[in-house]
Amino acid sequence: MRRALAVLALLLPLAACTAEPADGKVTLNYWLWDDKQLPSYQTCADEFTKANPNVAIKFTQTAWSQYWQNLTTQLASGGAPDVWTDHASYYPQFVSSNQILDIQPFVERDGVDLGVYQAGLADLFVKDGKRYGLPKDWDTMALVYNTALVKDTTGLDALTWNPVDGGTFERAIAASTVDSQGRTGLDPAFDKANVKVYGFLPEWADGSQGQNGWGNLAVANGFTFLDKNPWGTRYRYDDPKLAQTIAWFTHLIDAGYAPRFDKQSTLGRDAVMDQGTGAFTFAGSWTISSYLGANAKQKYAFAPLPTGPAGRKTAINGLSDAIYAGTKHPDEAWAWVKFLGSAACQDIVGGNAVVFPAVRSGVEKALAAHKAAGRDVHVFTDQASAPGGTFFLPITDHGNEVSQIVQDAIQAVVLGQAAPAGALKKANDQVNALFK
Amino acid sequence: MTRSSDDRRVAWVFLLPVLVGFTVFYLYPTARGIWYSVTDYSLLNTPTFVGADNYADLAGDPQFWRSLRVTAYYVVLNIGSQAVLALGLAALMHRLTRSVVVRAMLLVPWLVPNVTVALLWMWLLDANLGLVNHLLSGAGLGRQGFLTSPVWAMPSVALVNTWAYTGYTALLLYAGMLQIPAHLYESAALDGAGELRMFRLITLPLLRPVLALVLVVSLIGSFQIFDTVAVTTLGNPAGATRVVYLYIYEQAFRYFHMGYAAAAAMVLVVILGLLTAVQLRLLRASRSDLA
Repeated sequence: MRRALAVLALLLPLAACTAEPADGKVTLNYWLWDDKQLPSYQTCADEFTKANPNVAIKFTQTAWSQYWQNLTTQLASGGAPDVWTDHASYYPQFVSSNQILDIQPFVERDGVDLGVYQAGLADLFVKDGKRYGLPKDWDTMALVYNTALVKDTTGLDALTWNPVDGGTFERAIAASTVDSQGRTGLDPAFDKANVKVYGFLPEWADGSQGQNGWGNLAVANGFTFLDKNPWGTRYRYDDPKLAQTIAWFTHLIDAGYAPRFDKQSTLGRDAVMDQGTGAFTFAGSWTISSYLGANAKQKYAFAPLPTGPAGRKTAINGLSDAIYAGTKHPDEAWAWVKFLGSAACQDIVGGNAVVFPAVRSGVEKALAAHKAAGRDVHVFTDQASAPGGTFFLPITDHGNEVSQIVQDAIQAVVLGQAAPAGALKKANDQVNALFK
Repeated sequence: MTRSSDDRRVAWVFLLPVLVGFTVFYLYPTARGIWYSVTDYSLLNTPTFVGADNYADLAGDPQFWRSLRVTAYYVVLNIGSQAVLALGLAALMHRLTRSVVVRAMLLVPWLVPNVTVALLWMWLLDANLGLVNHLLSGAGLGRQGFLTSPVWAMPSVALVNTWAYTGYTALLLYAGMLQIPAHLYESAALDGAGELRMFRLITLPLLRPVLALVLVVSLIGSFQIFDTVAVTTLGNPAGATRVVYLYIYEQAFRYFHMGYAAAAAMVLVVILGLLTAVQLRLLRASRSDLA
């Protein structure tokens, strides 16, 4: 393994080096992680090069699991791409090490209209008046359920939840949990030791944000991650409202409605849903094409997240395109980023209905394309435009470290090794010590 | 010009390619590693000298100590099971069959790339979808979270690697056993010694140098456990399988604390050096009872 890494480290810079052609043609290296989006952006690049014949775009797609390591290694070795797909939670480290070009002067010079984007997205990439990217797309969360296992769908569009009795959400989960004798979780004789179908599949490898699970419910319970977002410096994982939320999840496990942490699949919730042994789980809008795609192994549908004591809240996350501070072609790179952030490109991306573009007209295209294909995905966009219906994931320094500390603490709680309040308080102290 | 200096020159010519490789791929990176271990370096800044700060921080880092304990636990499980099984297999081959087919079969798991082995077992051992749990629940036994339970995760990882490496280790020991003169067994048999007695009084003592080598190599190899964990558990559940190499990797390539990671690696070098020295001394590796 170590040898393989060493070889990789030697080869990567070679692959990234670009020869400068003598004819004045510029090749921009562009990186992204999502193979499903590559075709859309290839079409954008074709349009772009039609208008800018002296610029060619060279794509590199790397899987998410290696994307950030590769990018950092390339930045260190001087072989970084001119433009890369950036993520709100990952970009602070590149800002603090001065790797991203401030595009505010370009935005002002060209009079780019930032009002075309979904509210709040453009501001996610601003720090101290400097702008580090233009929004490209966003995602929100919803509930996904197996239509064969969730028999009673009345009220699914208005589920309630609280950490004390779980509201109608917990009842829906209990009703779709089935033991080996065919009894549901509502039956007094329900055998929680022999569960055939779990009503809910939680995600515990969910970092410090709980985007795919606890985060949405904790915020619906009145929890806030930070003193301010973006660029806060004090986390609030010791908030009792978070501990209550995690405790409710452990209650689901104790009741037999969700798999025990130590007996859950390591292959991911999608695999268990596909196997037909899970009824409900949280799903991000980026999973639409898997759950409603032609190759889906079960029949699925989406429902809005349940409404908690503080309302119905979904995490919203934004992506952007960033320009390398050391690029040899800042003007061409800006032209490409500007095009990527324009309605011209984002309507193309929306039309392929893989993600929801940041430009609102692109969202309309995406919805129309989904509708034409018979896919009902309005819950994602409804929640994104509901007043106060979204919260941005925390954007701070030390994101990776915070992620590991909090995830370990929450896993320890779910495993029964620690009580929620104590473990989260300890983790919070560790996290905040990083900012001293 | 004397004969010997001529020889020496030829020797240098032959050694040169190896020396270049050694310098470029071992000496230089090691020197860099030592340098980084006393710096604050995030890959994207210029390393700044911080003296022994990284080492002082490591001494007070509970996560680092935990990762060492977790690794030691793995090493005990892995070397223990592997050595006993391999020794048994080697003895069986030595005394019962010398079939090439059997030897080839033993090598098969070792020939499969580590990541493939890890993926294969991840599927087999999965709590919900795995074949092993399917069989267990079919037999009326409960499902086990082999890779997700804090109790079972490490033994499961050790089991996977024992499966992958035992055959290879057994072949090394078997090769060592072939060096033992057959007449010793013949005279022992004439004197009425049984197989177990011969194993204890002839095979084990005479195998000692080979056994020492195998143990040292597999000890160092076991301490370097990374790929199986990186594929199957990523250090989960709640850090129960965060072995020291994974910890170093995370510090270096997730948090970009290159200096800190280099310091942790240096500590590991010292620990492994000490362990190897102790082990070689205990097993008196350089001296064979055959002489």
